[in-house]
Amino acid sequence: MKAHLTRRYLFSASHRLHCDGLSESENQSTYGKCNNPHGHGHNYALEVTVSGQVNPQTGMVCNLVELDDAVRNEVLERFDHVNLNARREFAATVPTTENLSEVIFNILKQCFAAAHLEKVRLEETMMNSFEYAGGAELRV
Amino acid sequence: MVYLTRKCEFSASHYYHNPEFSAEENQRIFGKCANLNGHGHNYTLEVTVKGDVDPKTGFVVDLKELKEILSREVLDALDHRHLNKEVPEFLRQIPTTENLAIAIWNRLQGKLHVAKLHRVRVYELPDLFVDFYGEA
Repeated sequence: MKAHLTRRYLFSASHRLHCDGLSESENQSTYGKCNNPHGHGHNYALEVTVSGQVNPQTGMVCNLVELDDAVRNEVLERFDHVNLNARREFAATVPTTENLSEVIFNILKQCFAAAHLEKVRLEETMMNSFEYAGGAELRV
Repeated sequence: MVYLTRKCEFSASHYYHNPEFSAEENQRIFGKCANLNGHGHNYTLEVTVKGDVDPKTGFVVDLKELKEILSREVLDALDHRHLNKEVPEFLRQIPTTENLAIAIWNRLQGKLHVAKLHRVRVYELPDLFVDFYGEA
């Protein structure tokens, strides 16, 4: 039997949305308050969904401790309480939550192999959330 | 096609133990969940059904009927129970959230007359949930 398991994590980070390829006024009109020069921060909520056959011996899709360790070591350690613009992952891209979702998905794809990574869902605020499934369509 | 989700809650106790594993293996794999005295959770269950909207009633499914089926087939059997000791599915299976979602799906499958069961989502905690879509 195949099941999907989702785990939710929290981290906080700052960012400034600014594109070097745009003029000052274009940046201002594109990003509004998010372009303010000194940046601002969010409490992000990250949901990681993995899937796979339920192991008949353990009743689990994967060991939760292993998933927690991977997310903690590779994602939370990297992005919690940092300025995203200063990270090398955003040296060439704007740290929008769209881009952050893709970056996190790709990091986890590399480092977690105990189950299939279905998608990540990232809440920037209570009002916005973003989902990325490696280019695949989302499942309802 | 419209998808409709009904939410309900139940509280139950459980522990994780595989008799084929040694005491050390049970402890290593299941951690605190292996404590044989058990522990409990407030579970949240979301059941999603899908179907065409009946042109006369405007319903995908009669919510009153869905609520009755959920109470009879799921909540009466699980709410305020010890899953390992009182629920037949878990006499030989570990009551993980994965197996709980599958057991609830099996309890509901075939009981809905109009709509089709689409997804069973079980939250063990607000930050941990499992979805089951009836896939082999």
